Amino acid sequence: MTASQQQLTLAVESGTGDILLWVVLPYISLAVFVLGHIWRYRYDKFGWTTRSSQLYERRLLRLGSPLFHFGILVVLLGHIGGLLVPESWTDAAGISEHTYHVVAVVLGTVAGVCTLGGLAVLIYRRRTVGPVFSATTRNDKAMYLSLTVTIVLGLAATVAANVVGGGYNYRETISPWFRSIFYLQPDPDLMSGTPVLFRLHALSALLLFAAWPFTRLVHMLTAPLGYLTRPYIVYRSRDSRLGSRAPHRGWERIR
Amino acid sequence: MRVMAQMAMVMNLDKCIGCHTCSVTCKQAWTNRTGVEYVWFNNVETRPGQGYPRRYEDQEKWRGGWELNKKGRLALKAGGRFKKLITIFANPVLPSLDDYYEPWTYDYETLTNAPLQEHTPVARPKSLITGKDMKISWSANWDDDLGGSSEHGEKDVLLNQVSEKIRLEFEQTFMFYLPRICEHCLNPSCAASCPSGAIYKREEDGIVLVDQDTCRGWRMCVTGCPYKKVYFNHRTGKAEKCTFCFPRVEVGLPTVCSETCVGRLRYIGLVLYDADRVLEAASTPDDTGLYEAQRQVFLDPNDPQVIAEAERADIPRDWIDAAQRSPIHALINTYKVALPLHPEYRTLPMVWYVPPLSPVVDAVRDTGRDAEDHGNLFAAVDALRIPVDYLAQLFTAGDPAPVDAVLRRLAAMRAYMRDINLGREPDPSIPEAVGMGEEQMYDMYRLLALAKYDERYVIPAAHAEQAHSLEELATECSLDYEGGPGMGGSGPFGETSGGAAPIAVENYRALRDRQLSDSPAPPDKETRVNLLNWDGKGSPRGLFPPGNGDRPPAPDSGEEAEPKP
Repeated sequence: MTASQQQLTLAVESGTGDILLWVVLPYISLAVFVLGHIWRYRYDKFGWTTRSSQLYERRLLRLGSPLFHFGILVVLLGHIGGLLVPESWTDAAGISEHTYHVVAVVLGTVAGVCTLGGLAVLIYRRRTVGPVFSATTRNDKAMYLSLTVTIVLGLAATVAANVVGGGYNYRETISPWFRSIFYLQPDPDLMSGTPVLFRLHALSALLLFAAWPFTRLVHMLTAPLGYLTRPYIVYRSRDSRLGSRAPHRGWERIR
Repeated sequence: MRVMAQMAMVMNLDKCIGCHTCSVTCKQAWTNRTGVEYVWFNNVETRPGQGYPRRYEDQEKWRGGWELNKKGRLALKAGGRFKKLITIFANPVLPSLDDYYEPWTYDYETLTNAPLQEHTPVARPKSLITGKDMKISWSANWDDDLGGSSEHGEKDVLLNQVSEKIRLEFEQTFMFYLPRICEHCLNPSCAASCPSGAIYKREEDGIVLVDQDTCRGWRMCVTGCPYKKVYFNHRTGKAEKCTFCFPRVEVGLPTVCSETCVGRLRYIGLVLYDADRVLEAASTPDDTGLYEAQRQVFLDPNDPQVIAEAERADIPRDWIDAAQRSPIHALINTYKVALPLHPEYRTLPMVWYVPPLSPVVDAVRDTGRDAEDHGNLFAAVDALRIPVDYLAQLFTAGDPAPVDAVLRRLAAMRAYMRDINLGREPDPSIPEAVGMGEEQMYDMYRLLALAKYDERYVIPAAHAEQAHSLEELATECSLDYEGGPGMGGSGPFGETSGGAAPIAVENYRALRDRQLSDSPAPPDKETRVNLLNWDGKGSPRGLFPPGNGDRPPAPDSGEEAEPKP
């Protein structure tokens, strides 16, 4: 079967809308995420910062920020476990589907609630504390909206499917679809039968990833893990890296 | 032995009159931007007093600098790498804006725009943080000249460490000024605290700088610095600190604060030190031993072995010459009259101070005795425990002996020079009493009292073959920056995102923005000539009336077209 034939059958089987949402959009969002970061790093190193507002207000930040960040780190680990680790691996490790889901739901709900609670504190702080609000750009507001929608949908999907409903095994549909994108053999059919909240969560996350490089969220990619290994005092020669730009071709320093 | 060169400063506190010229010129040069309104790279504190930010010396609260852990090894007081990363989402000991002050401006426009009314219009203070009306309650130097000390005097951290008696009497006892800049430490705890590794110490001259492109705004450096001389720019989200005016120092000029110091109390020069012994010195078990330990790290630039090692370390010959002529080396090691500020923070600071003799002299004079007589002065140094103990808290971790020795030398110089100035036979027993020779005493007098510009500032320029690397010598095409993406103003990702402009261009733009920001524009704006934008090529626009042919100005004049209001 040639490539064009394959595309054709794909379109016939799964419908154009599904292909747009679960094949085209993921690749666009992935490309924007990667290229956007590269572009931002080259063009705007100076703007690459957390832009902390701790100087303005610290009581609420002390509560909300760790709650949110540690929560979202656990959520991230949960997503890695749920999306990237195939079900067959956990089966092989002797973890039953039931055990896995109980752990995932409990941990995921606790972390999700922490994250959402932290985010609520942070948003409340951002709106009510004058200096913090006046330092908030439109970009920040859009980012907060997109982030909140994604987190709320994710938590709602988990709660609706597993706590209220009878449980949903996303590891048979969403996870293979997610991995199929990275195998370059995208399979949109897997997503067609999934609950609507999961689909909305995935879509909002894809949009969030596409916006990611252009928001202050970029600080995540420069989490300072190198601090654990580098020597305390950094020495740097004046000659080698003064200024933000590399010397132009033909102007390099003579050694 | 690993020889490194360090650009260092000594300030002679006896000469400081607290005029704040250094602070103001520094602010004009470096921190007259939004986001750093509250930032004073250079500030002058009245002592006794709280300092800036308030009570910054209380390291039990602010956790700055280093300490020895239970095993006797050097560790960051605010916690090591893991603790830093765990608390990165909300730094537990970051000073808030209240510990500095809320910057403000005045609503001057009301003064000119207000309609005719019974009462004179007032310019209300407006917060630069919220933009709203505010009640001013504190600022930098709010306690200048012991102002309000009946209320705030108790809050001086050092006074609490000395005796009860001083706390009640200090107002009548003594007062002096302490100008402070970044210490450019040999063992900088700000750099060690930076998770991103953005703060670095320059190999060539030891200046500690923040790489603005690598800083991610984690704010740990603010906590790490015990002198609280790293500040957080709340608009750009980056840390900023005193740069030792490196663009000036690189071309052999003194820093702005030194250049403009009316008391001429600052000295700048090189010190050669052994980088291999820094950690050992900073780990000295006893706090009071740190002053001597740091002095032992410095190398004698006249020692042939040191010279050979320095040349092996690629230190240029003229830098070694400069280190030999360095007033810093002379004041610290030859005359031993300079002391480090708070050596107990274990950062090995490199801005040292000649402690003030004036509290002692004043006290003697107040008793009606001869305040120039060395016998009286020596006795006073011994008797006046209050200022000496206070100075010891400041400069020697509480050990009064080195402070005593310095004050006695200064007193001896005063008495010895009086005889010379009055045409009397100089008394060689006076220098002898403080372990100095007559020649040496006279040389010290020369350096402290008479030294000219080129003796106070012995600054070897960075080398011409490195010229292209120096920011201020624009050997690149300036069009690379002008009008480039993200230049000036707010970028799409928040305040001043976009590429960092070279310093000269940035200053130029700031200047231009300020010139253009006033509204309403002056009515005679069209006929004004702005020489600040003129680069010396061609003739500046508007200086001469248009010629016969109404020839437009030469296109190669680098001057910017001024936008119409």
